[in-house]
Amino acid sequence: MSAKVFYILCFFLPSIAFGQGFAGLGRIADDFALPQKGYQFDFPKDHGPHNDFRIEWWYVTANLIGEDGETYGVQWTLFRNALEPVEAAGWGLEQVYMGHAALTTKDTHFATERYARSGVGQAGASVEGLDAWIDNWVLNQKEISAAGPDFSFHLSIKDLGPFIFHGDEGYSVKSAQGQASHYYSAPFIKVEGALDLPSGEVKVSGAAWLDREWSSQPLASDQTGWDWFSISFETGEKLMGFRLRGSDVFTSATWINPDGTTEAFENGAFQATPIEWSDTAGPKVPIRWDVSLPEKGVEIAVEAINTDAWLPLTVAYWEGPVLVSGTKAGIGYLEMTGY
Amino acid sequence: MKRTVISALLSHWLKNPLQTLALLGGLALATALWSGVQAINAEARQSYQRAANTVTEGDFAQVRGEVTVKDFVLLRRAGVLVSPIVEGGLNGVRIVGVDVLTSPRLSAIPETEIGAIYGPTLFGQAQALDQLGPMPEFRKTAVEGAPPNTVYGDISVVSDLLKRGDAIDRLIVLKDQPRGAVAPEVLGYTVTPPQAGTDLASLTDSFHLNLSAFGLLSFAVGIFIVHSAIGLAFEQRRPMIRTLRAVGVPLKMLMRLMVLELVILAAIAGAIGVLLGYFVAASLLPNVAATLRGLYGATIAGALTLSPIWWLGGVFVSIFGALLASLSVLLKLWQMPVLAIAQARNWQSKGIARKLQLSGLIVCILLAIGVLLFGEGLVAGFILLGALLIGASFLLPIYLSAALSIGQRLSRRVLAEWFWADTKQQASGLALALSALLLAMAANVGVATMVSSFRVTFVEFLDQRLAPELYIHVDSEDQADRTLSFVEPVVDAVLPLVYQDTFVSGVPTEIYGAKDHQTYPDNWKLLEGVDDPWGQVARGAVLVNEQFARRTDQWTEDKIEIEGRMFSIAGVYGDYGNPIGQIVMTQSVFGELYPTIRPLRFGLRLDPEKVPNVAEALRQFGLADDQIINQAAIKKLSKDIFEQTFVVTDALNVLTLAVAGFAILMSLLTLANMRLPQLAPIWALGLTRDKLAKLEVLRAVLFAAITSLAALPLGLVLAWVLLAVVNVEAFGWKLPMYLFPYDYLKLVIEALLAAVLASLIPAWRLKKTSPSQMLKVFANER
Repeated sequence: MSAKVFYILCFFLPSIAFGQGFAGLGRIADDFALPQKGYQFDFPKDHGPHNDFRIEWWYVTANLIGEDGETYGVQWTLFRNALEPVEAAGWGLEQVYMGHAALTTKDTHFATERYARSGVGQAGASVEGLDAWIDNWVLNQKEISAAGPDFSFHLSIKDLGPFIFHGDEGYSVKSAQGQASHYYSAPFIKVEGALDLPSGEVKVSGAAWLDREWSSQPLASDQTGWDWFSISFETGEKLMGFRLRGSDVFTSATWINPDGTTEAFENGAFQATPIEWSDTAGPKVPIRWDVSLPEKGVEIAVEAINTDAWLPLTVAYWEGPVLVSGTKAGIGYLEMTGY
Repeated sequence: MKRTVISALLSHWLKNPLQTLALLGGLALATALWSGVQAINAEARQSYQRAANTVTEGDFAQVRGEVTVKDFVLLRRAGVLVSPIVEGGLNGVRIVGVDVLTSPRLSAIPETEIGAIYGPTLFGQAQALDQLGPMPEFRKTAVEGAPPNTVYGDISVVSDLLKRGDAIDRLIVLKDQPRGAVAPEVLGYTVTPPQAGTDLASLTDSFHLNLSAFGLLSFAVGIFIVHSAIGLAFEQRRPMIRTLRAVGVPLKMLMRLMVLELVILAAIAGAIGVLLGYFVAASLLPNVAATLRGLYGATIAGALTLSPIWWLGGVFVSIFGALLASLSVLLKLWQMPVLAIAQARNWQSKGIARKLQLSGLIVCILLAIGVLLFGEGLVAGFILLGALLIGASFLLPIYLSAALSIGQRLSRRVLAEWFWADTKQQASGLALALSALLLAMAANVGVATMVSSFRVTFVEFLDQRLAPELYIHVDSEDQADRTLSFVEPVVDAVLPLVYQDTFVSGVPTEIYGAKDHQTYPDNWKLLEGVDDPWGQVARGAVLVNEQFARRTDQWTEDKIEIEGRMFSIAGVYGDYGNPIGQIVMTQSVFGELYPTIRPLRFGLRLDPEKVPNVAEALRQFGLADDQIINQAAIKKLSKDIFEQTFVVTDALNVLTLAVAGFAILMSLLTLANMRLPQLAPIWALGLTRDKLAKLEVLRAVLFAAITSLAALPLGLVLAWVLLAVVNVEAFGWKLPMYLFPYDYLKLVIEALLAAVLASLIPAWRLKKTSPSQMLKVFANER
């Protein structure tokens, strides 16, 4: 999901450009670490921040069913953006955190954002176990919670499930030029909890998917956006696939078996074609896709549950729950940026 | 045929350049004054809008006291959206550090710049940034909408600059809190409410009311001129119109073409008027800006913009005015028989006019009485104003003829009797122009009275309210304790100022706790009250401001409930410029009602001579410049501002009088030709042309004098309505009315002068009329 790198950079690039003459920002790009093929993951340390990399995130999406029988989607995201490859102290701006939280019902979509600097402890992540936070938004081994002006959610984690690694043992390539990230996931999380909506509280249960990724490299300069799919089939398998749009389309996918074993697919194996577009609070985006991974016999239609899952935040994009039908049925999450 | 008719119609304007000038000039002047005043008002309002949109950290509730970065993180992690503030001073500039990542949007830091925070950047008005001195390591970004004398930066930058480390001064509490967030008070923090906001627009409305009244009246006066010019043109074109119709031009076509002609002329005049108005506004705006800036702290951009809307508006107003002014003339044309006599008559039909005037007057009187008895609200106030002015102009001809009849009855000599009779005969022709003069003078008297009364009241009010020689405010109780122990030995008294916003009798009200000190009874004048009101306050009664008393209709000796306790009102005080209710109680009672509120503002009483030294000592002690306010400086500023206000009102006075003078000139010119048959016999009886001309000038002065006599009381009534009716409806307080006889005298002299100037050209023309022309009167068919 390294595509997300792109928009974070879009957000901070102006400051970096402007900052060439200031505080030695011009040389910073050279000082950041780069993802290395063959990197040996080290837990619980790797659940924590990698301050020497420019970008990092803790990204949770959850497909939930309410006691009322309705489907709901929940997003909890913490981004770390380094302006310098060092740990921040005090009010220093070396490490800036940005939180996004969203809640999608079939006809409404709530989204909110937070910013913080880690030096004073307002946001951060632990190296002693999965524990990331910004303000009172929390993601740890036991809970996922966040609150906005008009919604809040609190999910208890019943079972974290296995961690799986994308690409080449967690080294996930993003472009033909070789841009890459470190990327692992926990796609089998079982949760239950409550959503607090303007219409009242709803008890929910369902499945959540955690993505952890860090990198320093921007995308190739011609890559303008991406479409990212995380799908849970009724049969227990899962599929992660993304499609980076540039002068060429670059795709990558991971097939995840119910026991947590994976198969990685290189550029071209995974295909996604937009079928139907829809208006949103932002631009028009495709809300119905034909998705295929022929090597696994996957020929499916992916359709947004709520077509207007646009996050009208400082960094704006579309992220929402989807229904899957075709050779295999299921549910999942779709993210689309750069439209 | 159309072309022939048009050229026939237009030839009149070419042959009579003076009339063309009167029509174009009158419309242009009316449009100019109207659009000029509109421009000033619009510019000022736009500036308030900008000011009202300026968001500073003071617009938010704040957690004060001893707060540290730990408290910030604790509150954030408890789900409360707070944002830290670091504050200090450098080279006399206030420096505020905000956390750009958690802060609400502040006007001083433009959104587009937030991405640029990492380079150490300071934001503020250019003047404040300059005052900081050279700082090569900082990038300085000028922001027009920033509060004055304050520089903002990210907390990381300002903490370094002020060498504050991780320490913070206080926390802003954001307005929109997430679902389920607890209040900081629940966690044991003290939260102070946002700074009491002042609604600039409502404060300055009184000022704009003046300007609008001027603009409207000037327009009315301009329309009188146009009416005269069009009336004259019609009279003179009567033979031509008869001829045109006799040769077969249909009436409808003639009417259409005349309206078209009028619209074109009005559009030209409107465009000229807009340009003139621009110059009027541009030359007055600096004064208006200075006035408003000083008086209310409202910053007005010094430059005007000529928007297309403004052009269109001006032209539309001009056309509307021209059509309004020509309505009666066009009606007359419609009803005129084809072969009506070609002779020019006094174009005002007396009998009908008199009836119209009387019925109009009655309607206006009934309307005014109705509004006074049953009316409510600002609109009613304006209807009353309108009824008064229109009624007065209806009354003027009746009043003139009555006044002249008295003169006639008192005169014994033949010449005097003729003079009075002739003047009376002329009165109806001049009635409109004199109405213009009446309105202009009344407006001047009214507005001058209002502005001057406002000045007297406000200066007195400042003297009462700003009795302490120095004011200081501190950020925390701790700083208060330290500052007080420092300052108490060197001053005569310390008056803590504490207040709480609440609702009393359903009205938003500020409750003030006042120390029992001689300062208050010495300086505060009450509008009404019991004996020894401050003694009563010390014993547990309260004083309320006029706004509160009016809104709740609770006055002296009434009982009110505040926070569940009953209080007796010991008096009502004037509180000018404050939009909301206010109650003053003694400090000890205030402390019982609001035990958690500790004073952070103090008034210091001391020998005025010692003020600079004490202020300097406080600065050395560590208070920032904006924490020390010198009372004498505020007062001087306010008084300077009123002088500026007078420049504006004086300029408008002169302009409206000039317009009225122009109206008289045009009317006299109109009448001059018609009067020849009346003057010729007198000349033939032996009165020289020179003598006749002098009598013409005298007549104009007499008219102006009689009109002035009526304008003075009308102006005073106007002022009373503005002060006691419109002001109360608009702002909830009544301005006491003062009289300024010297100003009125000056105005009367100016009006007489205007009349003399206006009569000079017709008198000179009369003097130069050749005897043969005089003789022709007897030879003519007339």
